[in-house]
Parts: sequence; structure tokens; C-alpha cells
Amino acid sequence: MEVSLSGSVRDAVDGLASVEVEAETIRELLTRLIDRYPKLAHYPEEGIAVAIDGTIYRDSWETPIPKGSEVFLLPRIVGG
Amino acid sequence: MNDPKYTGQDFKVVGTRVKRPDGLDKVTGRARYGADMSAPGQLVGLMLRSPHAHARIKKIDASKAEKLAGVKAVITSADLPDLTGGNSGLYDTLENCMARDRALYDGHAVAGVAAIDRTTAKKALKLIKVTYEKLPHVTDVDEALNDDAPIVQPRYAQEGRHGNLINKGEFGHGDIDKGFAEADVIVERSYKTGQTHQGYIEPHACLASVSPDGTGELWVTTQGHFAYRNNCAQLLGMDIAKLKVTSSEIGGGFGGKTHVWMEPIALALSRKANRPVKMVMSREEVFKASGPTCSTSMDIKIGAKKDGTIVAARAECRYMNGAFPGMWGTLGGMTAFACYNIANNQAIGVNVLCNRPKVAAYRAPSAPMMAFGVESTIDQLSKELGMDPVELRLKNVAREGTLAPYGPVWGPIGIEPTLEAVRDHPHMRAKLGKNQGRGVACGFWFNIGGQTCSDLNIGPDGTVNLTVGTVDVGGARASLGLIAAEELGIAYEDVRTNIGDTSSLGHNDTTEGSRGTFSSGMATIFAARKAIDVLKERAAMMWQIPAESVTWENGSAHAVGSEHGNLPPLTLKDIAKKAGNTGGPIAGHHEATADGAGVSFASHIVDVEVDPETGKTTILRYTVVQDAGKAIHPDYVEGQFQGAAAQGIGWALNEEYIYGEDGRLQNGAFLDYRMPVCSDLPSIDTKILEIPNPSHPYGIRGVGETSIVPPLGAIGNAVSNAVGVRMYEVPMSPPRILKALDGAEA
Repeated sequence: MEVSLSGSVRDAVDGLASVEVEAETIRELLTRLIDRYPKLAHYPEEGIAVAIDGTIYRDSWETPIPKGSEVFLLPRIVGG
Repeated sequence: MNDPKYTGQDFKVVGTRVKRPDGLDKVTGRARYGADMSAPGQLVGLMLRSPHAHARIKKIDASKAEKLAGVKAVITSADLPDLTGGNSGLYDTLENCMARDRALYDGHAVAGVAAIDRTTAKKALKLIKVTYEKLPHVTDVDEALNDDAPIVQPRYAQEGRHGNLINKGEFGHGDIDKGFAEADVIVERSYKTGQTHQGYIEPHACLASVSPDGTGELWVTTQGHFAYRNNCAQLLGMDIAKLKVTSSEIGGGFGGKTHVWMEPIALALSRKANRPVKMVMSREEVFKASGPTCSTSMDIKIGAKKDGTIVAARAECRYMNGAFPGMWGTLGGMTAFACYNIANNQAIGVNVLCNRPKVAAYRAPSAPMMAFGVESTIDQLSKELGMDPVELRLKNVAREGTLAPYGPVWGPIGIEPTLEAVRDHPHMRAKLGKNQGRGVACGFWFNIGGQTCSDLNIGPDGTVNLTVGTVDVGGARASLGLIAAEELGIAYEDVRTNIGDTSSLGHNDTTEGSRGTFSSGMATIFAARKAIDVLKERAAMMWQIPAESVTWENGSAHAVGSEHGNLPPLTLKDIAKKAGNTGGPIAGHHEATADGAGVSFASHIVDVEVDPETGKTTILRYTVVQDAGKAIHPDYVEGQFQGAAAQGIGWALNEEYIYGEDGRLQNGAFLDYRMPVCSDLPSIDTKILEIPNPSHPYGIRGVGETSIVPPLGAIGNAVSNAVGVRMYEVPMSPPRILKALDGAEA
């Protein structure tokens, strides 16, 4: 599965715009990405979001990732 | 049952303009805000604040203050050990609440005092001797990146980049260089926006009471009492469950009350004094030591073909974060080109530190500044192309299926309908006179969901208490009451919505990001449906029939089927009256993390008149068109549109923080920080569009923030059209306009 990365999250994966990783849930995705790119380790604590087919998930890490989904790693949005 | 997908149902009460439940209390003065709670034996808490923009704190001698009769506690950072566990964000909060080894901005708290009355507390502050070593300071976002700029936070400095540059977030797709090479017309400009404050009328205020057994209570004006509880408890080494936080009525927040500023200090003073402590910020403290928004400096470049197709767009915007880093540049980068479908786009948001207060969110944080630059540039592009500015925007508008600049593909969105509504609005055909100009602009905001927990309890008389954990910053109690009434099939007047304290519910995220009605609305729907399941079971008991033979319709249980179908319905009140004999209290509860928040787009039109002699701008007419998904209570939705636009108008025309050479804030009062009041503005017209959010049962999208995004650009375009000179800096205050006019004449 191709996972695209936006913004400052790319700094943690050596500037790559996308990476290949297999995962069935958001939790698995983050765990496998952190194993491969340790600089991502602080993001779950400090703020990251995952978009699956356009829907942004900030906290629901048990959310399944259907095969063939468009997946983005994004900064965790805050508002006012 | 808990399927969040949009159902397309018809509504009976949702969408009606019912009386607001908080109105009477607010207009009669009964409403209790942060400063309106008192406790026996309470003390007055005050802060001593740095008079320097940047200084090392060499010594604090509070001995004389501590000995003053009537002083019960003095706190410095020595009383606040670092219990943050390595969480850098929480450490920033700790250091911002009270300076540790350095004062980082004018107004940074260095000590706190609790005394029997205000006079004694003020005397005590004067007796605290702080030995400062003044350090060089920097308050301008561009100067902070000069080679010789003083470094604000050495612990954030990293090799290979300027010590005040925290990070750059880059968003976009395509080949930007190739895109510009294909452009027939390119407009490239630089812009600046001043720092502003959310301007909530109610200052920060709290009453803190900590007992020797480690329990505590906090009454506070806040957008998020659960977040305040969690942060205060962690900073003070308290168990979260032992600190009960109650949110008062809130007199505005807009993002500025999503962080703690002095509350941990009030709790620490109370713990040390063993008495309740009340702290209320003065207006000057609010300006100096809470969380204004960023100032910015940006460069925008947009290129198009002769037919108006925008082929490339680039934005780089430097966001001044204050003395502590945030994600402001990131948010700006994500929003910059969101309204448009541009094949090659690149937006870079840069976070820069300065010796100014810690920036907090301000209603769609970071988006208005970027929109000022982008929408101003698009207007200039329309002139270069000889195209109508609305038509140029429509030609390049984002739609369902367009790739968003920050990554995902858009679902159904409202930007095109809002632009079409603007194009067709009578406002666009109103005649303009001398020195008058019209401007349009678009805006976008993400909206968010988050952790939410709601309780719905049915009383013995059949009236309903709905307890939610999202603070009501602008209509949530009415909207949620409507939703509960809709689901249960009862009158709105039979539902009373309350904001529960932190002991009464599971965690609820802060009311920010326009999440309140979306998230708590979803939780209310599912809590009500659970209550309905219980009501049906109880009806079945009362009828002595199987539960499967009971349905719920129009506020009553109905027996169905040939065997029982002739039984007269049981109303909710009938069932509630017998609850004691059928199993006890009847309730529904739902906790979840709401995701799938729908984005919201807006397009605005504004007419202005500029007095060429004084430079004063008068807003003649203002129209907001915004997508709400589903307007649960249209009055409140319109109010959010109008309020956001009013704040944008103040930002565009008058408001900015002015710092002196000494790094001190010069205009920390409403006299010199001029916000618009009712007499400054015409009635703001609104048009609600409803493009349902597919990820909410009612189609709800957050609405509170988006309409602060277009005004800076819309007014910039209008003023520029009125005076014939482009404005590149906000606020477009009279001196700036006169200077631009003088420059044009020269």
C-alpha cells in the first residue's frame, strides 16, 4: 500500500513524499512506519492524523484500512 | 445503530429557529462567567510579569512579599517542578505559565501571589525583587531569521537551520517549475499581516481550590475543561480524577481559551495557601500574556494561461509563533490553495520564534493570513487577464474528485456552490459610487471531530436532561437539544442541555475546530437511539408483549403486528412515569471518537468606501455565503457567519499588535487596539448553503471558523478597487492607506 506524506511529516522519512507499507489498521500502519523510520516516533504522542479515502482520522487508530485505499499521513489539525 | 453515514432524512424540529436556552440568563446578567464564582475564604491571586521582552532571571527575592500581612502564598518556578515527563508541548505550557530561567516576552509571568484582598496582593507584587539581565530581543518575523537575530529558544535550535526557524511544512503536488513555464501571465507579490488577538470580551478568570488531601476544584472560563483538567493535573502532579473542573459560561474564546495560561498557577497558589484563590486577568494581561495569533510575512506567485486556467501557484508564508513553537505554518500551508484545482501547486508554511507571547489558535488558525495573500493575488491576476474575478475563481474551483493540496481527494464540497451564489447574488449588481469598491474572496477550513461523550437521561415526568462535555461557545446547547428532540420525537422545550463537569462524563476534547455540534451531535444521536431502545423494552413490559413487537415513532411506543397492533400508543411521558416499576431510570449514553468532520467553504462579497483625506474605510455592505452541511439552528449558524466576518473586518482594517523598539507591547488596551463595534458595521447578510457531509447522519459540517478566512482578502480587494492602489499589508488602517495613496501619487 502506498502511503503519501504531507508537510513536515516528510522530514521524518528523509524527505520522501510516499512510502510503501502493508497494514490493516491505522495502528498497524503507524507501528510499522515508526519501526522503519524512528524519527516518526514522537508523532503519535504529539500529533498526527491519517486520511483514508479523504476522511481524516485523528484518534481512531483501530480504523481498518481497506485494500486499495488512498492513504495520507498528515499533521494533526487543530482549530480555534 | 451507530452508523455515522448521512441518511438524508426529513426533519421535524432540526432546522427550526427555537428560542436559545441561554438567552434570558445572558441578557439579564444571571449567567455566571469565569469571574462570577466565589468561595468562602477565597484569596485574590495576581501575577508579577516581566517588563522586558527577553531577560535572564538571575534571582527572585520574595521574602518581603511573603512576610507582608495578608499574603498567604507566593509562587515562582521554584515551586513548580518539571513533571511533564519529557512532553515538550507540556513543558512549553509550564514555562509559559511561569518563566523558569528566562523571561521570553513582555508580560511573561515570573511570580504569583495570593492575598486576602487585591490591595494587599498588589503591594506584595511590588515587594518581590526580580534581578534581570536584559538580553537582546526580536519581535519581527523576518528579522528573527536574520543571521544576527537573538535565538529565542536555544533548546529548539537544530543543526543546519536558523535557531529561530522551527520547521517548514510543504504541501502541494505537480511540477511547479514546469507549471510556471507554461503560464502566459504570472503575478508575484509579497504581503504582511499584523498580529491580532481573538478579542473575547471576557478575560481569563478562574476560581481554584485545592485541598490538603490532593483533591481540587477549578471553576474556569474555557473552551475545554477536560483538557484544562488534564494539563493542570499533570503539571501539578495530581491524579486527573481528583481534579474536578467546571466550565463557566464563556464570554468568547475563538481559540484563545484552548490552552491554560494562569490556571495551574491559581491551583498552585491555592495548594500552598490551603485556601481558594480567584484569579482574573486584566485586559492588559490578556493582550500581553494570553495567546494572540501570528503575524506573517509571505510571498505568493500565481501563473495562468490566457484563458484563465491557473497552471501554477506557489506560496511561502512565515508565521510568527511567539516564544513557543506551534503548527501555525503547517496549517497555513495546508489551506493556502484549498479552494482551487491547480495542477501544479506548492505551499510552504514556516514556523518562526520571536519574543512575543505564545501564539494560540484564532478561528481557522493560519488560514486568514494565507487567504489574504492568495485572494489578493488572484484578483490581480484577474485584472491582468481581463477576467471577472468571480469567473476566474469559478474556472479554477475545486470540486468533488479534485486532489486537495494537502493530499486527500475531495468528497462533496461547497466551494463551487458558494461562488455561484456570490455570482448570482443581488449584492454583486448594486451600484457603486465615488471612492467605493467591491471585493470578493473565498475561504476554507477543515473542521475536526474528536473524543466525545454524552449522557441522555429521561426524568420521571418525561422531560429530558442531555449532558454533554463540549463547552457551548455559540449555540451547541440549542442545537444538541434540537437533535435530541428530533431523535426522541418530542418537543424541543422538553429537552434541557447542560455542560457537565469533568467528574460527570468521560473525556471530551476541547470545543475547537468547529467540532462541537458535529461531534456532540453525533454522540447525542446515538445516545438518544440507545434511550429509545430502553423505552421500547419498557413499553413491551408495560404491555406484556415481546420487545420485537414495539416500534418508536413520533415520541411514542407503538405495538405492531396483528396481535398487538390495536394497543393505544404509550408516549415517552407515559413510559417515564412508570420507569421505577419497569427497571429504573431510563437513559442512553454514547462515547466515541467522532471522525469524518466535513470541510466547510465560504465566499464573501464586500463593498467599502474609503475617505481619501483620512484613509478611513467604511464597510457599506457585506455578504457571507457558506456551506453548513445541515444548519441545525439557522439563527446560530448565521450568527457564526456574521461573527466570523466581523472579526475578519477588524483584522483587515484596524487590529494589530504594535511593539516598540524595546520589545514591549504599546497598545494593550481596547482604546488603542481598536476592534469593530456594532456602530462600525452594517448588518451582515448571510446565505446558508447545505451540501451534506456524507460522514454525519444529519450531514452536519462545522461552521464556526470558515468565515473569518475570506474577509482579509475580500476587503483587501475592495479597498484596492476603491482607491486604485493595491494594499499589501493588513491591517489596512488609515495611515497605511494614506501612505499607499501618497506613494501612488509620487
